[in-house]
Parts: sequence; structure tokens; C-alpha cells
Amino acid sequence: MQLTNRAKQVDRKPLTIAEKIYLPAVLKGMGITFSHIFKKKVTIQYPEQTRPFSPVFRGLHILNRDEEGRENCTACGLCAVACPAEAITMDAAERLPGEEHLYREEKYAAKYEINMLRCIFCGLCEEACPKDAIYLTETFAPANYSRKSFVYGKDNLVIPHPKENPEAFAKAKGLIDERKAKANQQTA
Amino acid sequence: MILLTVDWALVLEKTIFIAFIITVSLVVALYMTFGERKVAAWIQDRVGPNRAGPFGLLQPLADGVKMFFKEEIIPTSSNKILFILGPSLAMLTAMLTSAVIPWGDKVELFGRTISLQIADVNIGILYVFGIVSLGVYGIMIGAWASNNKFSLMGGLRAASQIISYELAMGLSLIALLMITGSLSLGEMVKQQQEGLWNVIVQPLGFFIFLVCAFAECNRTPFDLAEAENELIGGYHSEYSSLKLGFYLFAEYINMFISSAIMATLYFGGYDILPFYDESAWGFSANIMALLGAAALFFKILVFIFIFMWVRWTIPRFRYDQLMNLGWKGLIPLALFNMLLTAAVILFLKK
Repeated sequence: MQLTNRAKQVDRKPLTIAEKIYLPAVLKGMGITFSHIFKKKVTIQYPEQTRPFSPVFRGLHILNRDEEGRENCTACGLCAVACPAEAITMDAAERLPGEEHLYREEKYAAKYEINMLRCIFCGLCEEACPKDAIYLTETFAPANYSRKSFVYGKDNLVIPHPKENPEAFAKAKGLIDERKAKANQQTA
Repeated sequence: MILLTVDWALVLEKTIFIAFIITVSLVVALYMTFGERKVAAWIQDRVGPNRAGPFGLLQPLADGVKMFFKEEIIPTSSNKILFILGPSLAMLTAMLTSAVIPWGDKVELFGRTISLQIADVNIGILYVFGIVSLGVYGIMIGAWASNNKFSLMGGLRAASQIISYELAMGLSLIALLMITGSLSLGEMVKQQQEGLWNVIVQPLGFFIFLVCAFAECNRTPFDLAEAENELIGGYHSEYSSLKLGFYLFAEYINMFISSAIMATLYFGGYDILPFYDESAWGFSANIMALLGAAALFFKILVFIFIFMWVRWTIPRFRYDQLMNLGWKGLIPLALFNMLLTAAVILFLKK
């Protein structure tokens, strides 16, 4: 009974003399491997060269500011509730009259901490945030020696000020290399 | 009072030469580990180790230091004496064979003529065979002393493989012996210098010898003794640190010595160019000897490359296929080679 019409007939002839001594096949194989010595190598010399990430890559977190430099985050706590690993903690504070240029709304996060060892980089906090405040960039968490240094505070997470620090801000909007340097400085 | 009338200068010269050859063997084995990784990488479209030192040349040093600092584990249920004896035997037999290989012509230093061959015994190649047969003890003792089923399986397979392929190797050598008329390696090289390289006279014999050399060194496609995918480590799975280092090194030194023997027997040894009389160049004897040694080294390197090239090309033989090949394939072929050689010699003598 034929199940499909794409059946291929298997060649079950006994091996010829040339096939039995394996030698022609071996020599042909050796020719192939020899030719591979002269082909282009696929190795990437990390860390001098790196592979680019896609723009939706979920890496380290960042707390956004708007164009005037005011922090977006209002410490509403939706990201902390959404986080499946319970990595985010925050303390809210009220904006005093002289601080309108620092924070957008009357409530802001005085203390905002993400434990990078708990974070699973799922991006649910980014999806939950109503103010576009938290965003996951395209960089890795750098290695470190102590557990405490993996709890990133606000100084590590907030993006640089666009007016005061334009190049740092522009750099942070793309691939963030200076975050690695900052984290290294933190622990050095 | 007459003390022993020993030629102290000769003893000193031989001792220095032995130390030199051992050092060279060890350094070559060290860089063969590096070379293996590089050759493997280049065949597989990647770059090998290139971080330790320029172009990764200090990688074997890093490997050696790592191996040295690892913890020495001797299983409590193993036989302690045999456990330590295994790798020592493997290394000993690997080194002993280098004593009869002619590394070069004569050198004249300090008014003495020093021949670059430690011991020009007149049973040269038979001595090599004897030592290689002892080499199987190193593996068997290591496998037994590990007190581990898988090591024992690996050791059994290795032992049966080695003794099967020794036969074909010896038979192919008999054909060579018929042509050269002498077992001494120095004599063979001299004959090749004056006449043709033996590979032209004995191509089938060379091919059989090459296949058997692969089997003797436990190299792919005959490496089921240490088939990493099947037996984890085979006979050396229980070993760690320097004892493991000894086993691995002994394998590489075996490869080096097999390449040297093949180059000496079939490719003219320290003869530089095949159909040419090099003394016509008119260099001094020392320079000629050095050039000869360099030529031998180059041939050895080519053979080592072929060992590695074949490793990364061919899949491993199954145990029964391996036994079939050794007993039912290579021994008849070697016998046929012998008969053919005898027939041709008789025909040419007429």
C-alpha cells in the first residue's frame, strides 16, 4: 500500500570494491576538509567585535526622562506588581514646589531599585508602565563580584539629562556602553 | 689502579643528546596539543585559540599550568600502585622508541665525530616494535587499576586493537626488510640517501604501515579506546591532573615517534631531496647534518598534520569493523605485498 507519492527507493545494492575499501571516499573527504582550511572563518573576535542586537532586545533597564529632562516615573507601582520575579521596589515621595523641572507629576520615586539577580528580563514592567518610564535597552548586565552591587538604584537606572548632558543622553538612547563603564566604576 | 675504562666523553655526549631529545619530544608534544586545536579549528571554519600570547602560542603553557594545578584524585577502590604505574609505563614506552631514530648525519664538534642517533643498534626496527608492543601495557594497567567498568571496556578494546594492527605492521616491514637487507635504521637511511626513497619501491607497504600507525596511536578513525562520545574517557576517565597529562602526552609523543619512524623508513629520513646527491652542494658536514635534521623535522610535521587532518575528516570505526579491517583486510594485503615484493626481487635478479 502506498502512503504517499513521494517515496524514494533506497539503494540497497551491495558495496562495490571501490566502496568497500573506503579509500576513495576517504580521500574525497580529506579533500573537502582541506579546502575548508582556506575558507572564510565565521568566528567573531569578542570583545573587539560584537554582534548587533535587534531593537526589541530586552537588556538592562532604564528610567526615561521627557524632552525637558523631567523624570517620567510617578512611582505608581504597576511595574513592581507586574514583575514575575518581584525584582522592583520603590519608595514614593511628593514633589515639593521648587522641583517642577525635575519631575513631571506630583508623585515621584524617591528610591527605585531593581535587583538584577532576580530580574528575568521578561519586559513585563515595560509593558505595564503607563508613563513610558521604564524601558529595556540592548545591553547586558556586566559581571560583578558581590551580590549587593547587583541591586541597581536610581543613579544607575535613570537616563542622563538631555539638556545638561546631551552626548551622554544621545549615547544612552542607542547602545549604552557608558553604563558598563559606570557599573565598573561603581564596584572598582 | 685503573678505574673503569669508560669513555667519559662518549657518556657525556650521549647523556646530553638524550636530554635534548627528551626535551624536544616533550616540547613538540606540547605544541602538538596546540596544533591539534588550531588545525581542528581551521578545518571547521573557525579560528583556534588566539588569546593566550600572540596568536595563542602560550596556550599550551596555560594548559600545562591548569593541568598541574588540578586536584589529584586517586579513587579509593583502585589499586594504588597500578594506578600510578599505568601512565608512567605509557610515557616510558613512548620515550624509549626515540632512542634508535637517526635524527641526522654525523656532526663534528670538539674534534669528535658525534652521530645524531642515540643508539645505532643493528636490530633498530625490531627494537621499536618490541617497545610499541609494551605500550599496550600502559593502557591495560590504567584501565584495570581504575576499577571502573567503562575504563575496563575501553582498555580491552584498545589492547585488542593494538595487538591486531601490530601484525599487519610487522608484515609490511618484512617486505621492506627484503629490500634493504638490514634492520638497522641508520643503515636504511643511508641506503635511501644513495638510492630511491622506499615509498617509491614499496607504496602498498607504506599505505599499510600508515593505517597501522593510526591504529597504534589510538587516533581516529581507530580511537574507540578513548571514544569521548561513547566511553567518556575510556581508559583514562578516572585520571586527573598530571597522570591524565601523562596519558595524553604519551599519545602525542607516540604520534610524533610514529611520524619519525615513517619518515625514516619510507621517506628517506634526514635525506633532503629525493633524487639528488646533496653532498654536491659542498657545505660543511655540520651544516649538512643540520639541514638533514631540519628536513626530517619537516617531514615529521607533514605526517603530524596528516594525522590531525584525518582525525577531523573520518568518523570512527565500530569495534567489529575495526577487527575485520585488521585481520581480514590488512593482514592478507600485507602478505600479498610481501609475495609481490619477493616476486619482483626474484625477477629483477635474473
